[in-house]
Amino acid sequence: MLEIVSDKSWELLEKCPILNEYDIVKARQIVREFAKKEGMGIVDQTRITTAVSELFRNMFSYASGGEVLIEKGIIEEKPTLIITCIDKGPGIDNIELAMTDGYTSGGGMGYGLPGAKRLVDRFEISSELNKGTTVRVMKWK
Amino acid sequence: MDFNEKRIPIIKIRDYLIVSIQVDMHDRLALQLQTQILEEIYRTGSKGVLIDISTLEMVDSFIGRVLSGMASMAAIMDAAVVIVGMQPAVAITLVELGLEMPGVDTALNMELGMEMLEKRLNKA
Ligand SMILES: Nc1ncnc2c1ncn2[C@@H]1O[C@H](COP(=O)(O)OP(=O)(O)OP(=O)(O)O)[C@@H](O)[C@H]1O
Ligand SMILES: [Mg+2]
Repeated sequence: MLEIVSDKSWELLEKCPILNEYDIVKARQIVREFAKKEGMGIVDQTRITTAVSELFRNMFSYASGGEVLIEKGIIEEKPTLIITCIDKGPGIDNIELAMTDGYTSGGGMGYGLPGAKRLVDRFEISSELNKGTTVRVMKWK
Repeated sequence: MDFNEKRIPIIKIRDYLIVSIQVDMHDRLALQLQTQILEEIYRTGSKGVLIDISTLEMVDSFIGRVLSGMASMAAIMDAAVVIVGMQPAVAITLVELGLEMPGVDTALNMELGMEMLEKRLNKA
């Protein structure tokens, strides 16, 4: 259930570890560079950068870090940037609840996950208690 | 990429503090700036703070929370905070993210921000 599989036709652009706060900044800047390179407009660049920043911070705060894959592929015939966040943290007990606006288990505002979903074209999440969480977002041009 | 731990400078002009955020802030730097601004309000007795974010390319929920937290803390210290120059793409994204920044006043540019603060101070 935890598995979110990559399509073989996708091209891996970069792998980034998220271990500390600097990595969050570094990785979101790398994502923006790729979004720019793919020809996305400034608003879409900002949307995907903000969405991944939320996901990276979640990995850092709740799962003490993880790994990010930045890939590119064709989705619905459109060139698409695909970002997958993989952590081996505690997992999410109730995904539906976690995806609700305003729900937070910590001191957050609870807009990270549902907000990120609104900012991208595709959003997939899979999680298993005590195994980890994988979140994938896609944004096309 | 340069992640030097340099503080973000806070400038005092007349009764105001002026801060220009020109780096993509990591979380600790954002929190540090929050503390720094409150300390400067306390130290200088300033009644208004202008925070220029015109070069910020994104504001996520963390930075948004730091900015609105700063505004409410400053209010308790009897100072007003105005966020200046938010890029349109950032504003669009913030709304879509679902983030409302309660108590945060915004202005298009420094001049309008300054006018806003002046009006407030004269009313008081
Ligand atoms: N990678 C993860 N591993 C474990 N739990 C997670 C993970 N990501 C999110 N969660 C859980 O889902 C909840 C909702 O996440 P979301 O990002 O929407 O809000 P938040 O992080 O609490 O607040 P905000 O992002 O607004 O600061 C979190 O409080 C946390 O309990
Ligand atoms: Mg979050």
